[in-house]
Amino acid sequence: MSRFGSSDARPVSEVPRWISCVLVAALAVQAASHFTRREGAPAATDLPNAPSAQALQLASLGEPAALARLAMIWLQAFDSGADNSVPYRQLDYVRLAAWLRAILAIDPRSEYPLFAAARIYAEVADPVKSRLMLDFIAREFAADPNRRWPALAHAALIAKHRLKDLPLARRYAAAILQRATADSVPLWAKQMEVFILEDMNELEAAKVMLGGLLAAGRIRDVAERRFLQGRLEELEQRLKAEKRGSTR
Amino acid sequence: MKISPASASRGPPALTVARYTAVEALRSGLPWLAAACVLAVLGLAGFLSQVAITEATALQASVSGALLRACAVFLVAAHVVASATREMNDKGLELALALPISRPAYYLGKLLGFACIGALLSSLFALPLLFWAKPLDLAAWWSSLALELALVAAAALFFASALVQTVAAIAATAGLYLLGRSIAAIQAIAGGPLAGDSLAENAMRWIVDALALLLPRLDAVTRSDWLLYGAPPTGEFAPALAGVGLYLVLLTAAGLFDFSRKNL
Repeated sequence: MSRFGSSDARPVSEVPRWISCVLVAALAVQAASHFTRREGAPAATDLPNAPSAQALQLASLGEPAALARLAMIWLQAFDSGADNSVPYRQLDYVRLAAWLRAILAIDPRSEYPLFAAARIYAEVADPVKSRLMLDFIAREFAADPNRRWPALAHAALIAKHRLKDLPLARRYAAAILQRATADSVPLWAKQMEVFILEDMNELEAAKVMLGGLLAAGRIRDVAERRFLQGRLEELEQRLKAEKRGSTR
Repeated sequence: MKISPASASRGPPALTVARYTAVEALRSGLPWLAAACVLAVLGLAGFLSQVAITEATALQASVSGALLRACAVFLVAAHVVASATREMNDKGLELALALPISRPAYYLGKLLGFACIGALLSSLFALPLLFWAKPLDLAAWWSSLALELALVAAAALFFASALVQTVAAIAATAGLYLLGRSIAAIQAIAGGPLAGDSLAENAMRWIVDALALLLPRLDAVTRSDWLLYGAPPTGEFAPALAGVGLYLVLLTAAGLFDFSRKNL
């Protein structure tokens, strides 16, 4: 095997000078070209139509678990640029739901699509889009209630506090009670309806839910814990700002 | 590769060939490439886990498992084809067969050596996955990868011997492997509710089904989801591995048949 720079190679001085110049110049132009077209996160309009679950299965080459997670990382980059003040708001939610459905279909045991749907996409400040995502969560919950109840529990909180739609929140809570019947589902989740009806603000409810999820051992992933903690802090800041605004 | 009559007489000739085949691989750039693959895959998985909002561990395990599997297959196929074609072009094969060794023993020895390299590679690639997977699940993944690499080595050796040209042999091995991993999904699409019922569409379905009969079910083995959700039960795992083992025997027999007829 020949090795670059091995002792049996001829000295560098043997290389014609023009070749060295072309090499250095090409390297410099290559690096410079990247600086001139530095691209950020893909725009909302760049999100293509979702493939069918079967096409995605074919593309996975027998590795659906890996492809499902990679697809989620790719999907969450759309419309999420750092210069974007309201991320995900411009996304086509019908197309987005189709992507999430296809990803969930190739790895039904992955929690990523429903977690992203509940914690990122449903929290967008557009009631129509938010409802679309809640509807997606509720439909997918029905396929595996004992595994997917945390997403619907969060959907119930969004329905109550963001959409101010108490009947919808109670419907989701009732669905958890009726369908998530495994022993692993904690009591507080089964009694979600009582929790919904209590006079709590969004922050208190979110804190109770996060504490409940931690106690139930549902959050073992460091990234998930970090994300949820960050969301809680964001919520706290937002409610404080709203309170300050209303007292002025 | 040179085999002296003295060394060949120390044990079964096939084992001597296997030993020298493994030594050749270990002295090439293959170990360095394998180490570079492990580092690159771990780096990529670490980067991806930083942008994940949940299932970071599952993401690392599944992506690392899938990529390491692909790297291992590529390394074994490229090495086997390069080694076999070089041996034919350098007339090393003629020299080896001039020694008191039968053609089947020589071919089986080469295959055994490549399979051992595959087993070593799968052990190296399984080690970093211990960070994220349970040892028992990883053992299933490791044994499945070792068998899969033996099959890839058999396919690459067969195509290298039959086609002689490096690019053609690598392309044929890659084609067989990729079809083996995607044929179940192709069958599902062909037989899905959207598929029509015309004569042409039915004929296409039969062709796909006939093709599936000739291919190994590689989508059913060495799956990265075993590292996340646990290895499948023995009733599912053993038949999947047996299927790959059976195809390994088929490829070996085809290779022996072709090699025995070859005019050097």
